Amino acid sequence: MTNNQFMFLLFSVVIVVFSLLTVTSRRILRAATFLLFVLVSTSGLYFLLRFNFLAAIQLTLYAGGIVVLIIFSVLLTSHISEKLAIPPVTKRIFAAIAAIAGAVLCILTILQTQFVQKTFDPARTNIRTIGEGMLSTGKYGYALPFEVISVLLLAAMIGSIILAKKRKD
Amino acid sequence: MIDFSYTIWILLIPLIVFVVTGLTGNRFKPIVTGIIGTAGLGVVFLLSVITAYKFFFVLDKVGGAFQRLLAFNHTWLHLTDKLHIDIGVLLDPISVMMLIVISTVSFMVHIYSLGYMKGEKGFARFFSILSLFSFSMLGLVIATNIFQMYIFWELVGVSSFLLIGFYYEKDSAVAASKKAFIVTRFADLGFLIGILLLSYTTGTFDFITLTGPNSPAFTSGQGIMFLGMSTMTWSMLFVFMGGAGKSAMFPLHIWLPDAMEGPTPVSALIHAATMVVAGVYLVARMFPIFHHEQSALEIVAWVGGFTSLFAAVIACTQYDIKRVLAYSTMSQIGYMMLALGVSGYGGEDGLGYMASMFHLFTHAFFKALLFLGAGAIIHAVHSNYMNEMGGLRKYLPITHATFLIACLAISGIPPFAGFFSKDEILVAAFHHNKALFAMEYLVAGMTAFYMFRLYFNVFWGQEQHYHHTPHEAPVTMTIPLIILAIGSTFAGFIPFTKLVTSDSLPFESHTEWGIAIPSILIALAGIGIATMLYMKKSDTSKKIATALGGFYTAAYGKFYIDQVYLFITKKILFNYVSRPVAWFDRHIVDGTMNQFAYVTNVVSDRIKGFQSGQLQQYALVFISGVIALALLFIYLWTN
Amino acid sequence: MFEGVPIHWFLVLSTLMFFIGIYGFLVRKNLITMLMSIELILNSVCINFVAFNKILYPGHLEGMFFTLFIIAVAAAEASVAIAIIINIYRRLVNIDVEKMDEMKY
Repeated sequence: MTNNQFMFLLFSVVIVVFSLLTVTSRRILRAATFLLFVLVSTSGLYFLLRFNFLAAIQLTLYAGGIVVLIIFSVLLTSHISEKLAIPPVTKRIFAAIAAIAGAVLCILTILQTQFVQKTFDPARTNIRTIGEGMLSTGKYGYALPFEVISVLLLAAMIGSIILAKKRKD
Repeated sequence: MIDFSYTIWILLIPLIVFVVTGLTGNRFKPIVTGIIGTAGLGVVFLLSVITAYKFFFVLDKVGGAFQRLLAFNHTWLHLTDKLHIDIGVLLDPISVMMLIVISTVSFMVHIYSLGYMKGEKGFARFFSILSLFSFSMLGLVIATNIFQMYIFWELVGVSSFLLIGFYYEKDSAVAASKKAFIVTRFADLGFLIGILLLSYTTGTFDFITLTGPNSPAFTSGQGIMFLGMSTMTWSMLFVFMGGAGKSAMFPLHIWLPDAMEGPTPVSALIHAATMVVAGVYLVARMFPIFHHEQSALEIVAWVGGFTSLFAAVIACTQYDIKRVLAYSTMSQIGYMMLALGVSGYGGEDGLGYMASMFHLFTHAFFKALLFLGAGAIIHAVHSNYMNEMGGLRKYLPITHATFLIACLAISGIPPFAGFFSKDEILVAAFHHNKALFAMEYLVAGMTAFYMFRLYFNVFWGQEQHYHHTPHEAPVTMTIPLIILAIGSTFAGFIPFTKLVTSDSLPFESHTEWGIAIPSILIALAGIGIATMLYMKKSDTSKKIATALGGFYTAAYGKFYIDQVYLFITKKILFNYVSRPVAWFDRHIVDGTMNQFAYVTNVVSDRIKGFQSGQLQQYALVFISGVIALALLFIYLWTN
Repeated sequence: MFEGVPIHWFLVLSTLMFFIGIYGFLVRKNLITMLMSIELILNSVCINFVAFNKILYPGHLEGMFFTLFIIAVAAAEASVAIAIIINIYRRLVNIDVEKMDEMKY
């Protein structure tokens, strides 16, 4: 077992276990914390794949931003001591059947597929390359999606302010 | 060539007045609407007089005959190159004469109504519909083709319906308007069939083509026989059925007496002078074809003759003065139909045609006068029944004088108008059919009798106790009476033989004193009997009535025609035709639809649970669907 | 070959994560926990993109950019969703998805 395999399996186990805990925990704040672990492990996977910039983004934005946002809203809308109700059995069974069936189907398909794998490029992605790709308008340039995303973020910001604002009436 | 295109305004003005007053009637004071309507009709009257003057005296004649000219024409529906429906203005002697009759009487009735309807609820509505009626009636007479005539014919029926039901809060008025509409509609169905047969066989609607010397109606439609009569005869009979419905000929007459529920000016205008003669006008308009189809014309004559006698008998027994006048109208229209029925075509043979039109003209004056007079009487004593009246001549001097003139005119006493026209009819009948002629002599006597029975009962006899002292009508009501009285006196001197004839060629006529003198004597005898019986209060009339027994009762009950109709409709048609049809409609047609609705309802009730509003259920279904599709396309459907 | 870790491992991992997210989305009644499930789903997709990029097309950066944009969109989505949740909470005083069925039949 190589280091990579070991690290991968470690992260995988953390991700799967905490994912399961996220969707089954009866305490909502704990669920949010478990989600944080999942997201951090994911960023570990990115480090493993030598996408350092992306892993950093994952950490700051997902783990730092979104999870904090979720925790804030949890605190706004629920009591910490409150336990979530256990979903009805039929609901759980049907959802589990659907999820397991889908997972089995996908995994079977994945395992049957042969991918043409290249040799691993161990180089770290240069931050300069990312910046140029982000602002370039040529081939492999992402200036337009970048601009669109910035407009989307602005719209989301204004929209959430308007939505969450107290109505005068 | 004189330009007659302005005659379209004769049609348009009443229409505009109708639309304007109908839309704005509630905004102005009622009297404003009345004045607008009357002024509009005044203009129409002037235009009609000018048109008549130009047509008869200024316009050049072609070969001595009056022209038939299209003053205005617009192709409305282009069906085929030959068959198209036009809207236009046709001017020929009879349509110009009808313009005069309608505009005069309508104008008089408008003025009269200003007084008579004063203070009535719906005054504005009344004038508005009156304008609609004038528009439709004028459109009917100047129709260039039979289809245009049919359209206006129905419009006339609608306005008649609206005016009979004017007092729509009264049940009897509603019933009467419904009855009038249904009976005339039924007759109009025949008219429509006639139109379709005629246009199918001849390929044209146009009057000028149809009644011209080379009419396709003379040649086509002769081959196919049905029940011993050709297609053309049948089509003429169906057309006559429409005319008989509108003109209240037996047996389609039952609506006319009930139509008296409408306001009296309406009775004068629509149910005496103009609309009810539309049937006569229709036959006159199609006369060349009728003349060609002698068997149809014979039926016209007999229906007319029988109706005139039948209605005269009933008129002798009625007490409601408006109903007496209604039956008298039927009787007189019977005269006109008879005259057409016995007429020949061209020159002196067309005497009956001329006489019919002549009688239509004079009758319009004196019958309108009689109705308006009756209106003034009713206005004064608030009753329709002559046995609640008497001795009114002191209170209503003008009404009395004009009413007397009208009675003399209708009885055929010279020199009043009725004498001349009736005399021509009798002469025409004498030369054609002696039986009909004798019948008409009898009717002439009865006419004189029932008119003077009415006259003496109302104006002489014993004075009754009234709610308040009867008073003479206001000036807006008496002026039309006087004008119409002048018309009734002098209209007989108009030389109709020079103006309105079957082939538009003038001819000489002379009073046949051998026929005229006995008719005058018969009329005088009728008047004499009425004088003896009713001038002083006496029981003689009651004794005679008792002596006549069953016949009197039958006549008083209008020969139970209404009951026969009710029996046929209620007992036979409703039970054996309408009920099964209604059953079929309710259970089969509606039932099918109800089943559809029921099934849809049940199914949607069952499946509406799918729309639970539960987001997670939707998601579950969606994901299951995606998985199923993936399964299907990746593993199961792999060929 | 990424040093002994085949791409299948990544894909199986992301599949598991994805369907765990689906399961959470289907059973959780609380809107915020449902939002967390959606984050799981998004994250599993990100892992796929990154793995494809690094293992199958090592010379390019498309997968990474896609992941970046997904993170940005997820941030926007989370902020709007939480605004909506707070609004709903203000009106209904709970954030139970089963109570929000006004759109039914």
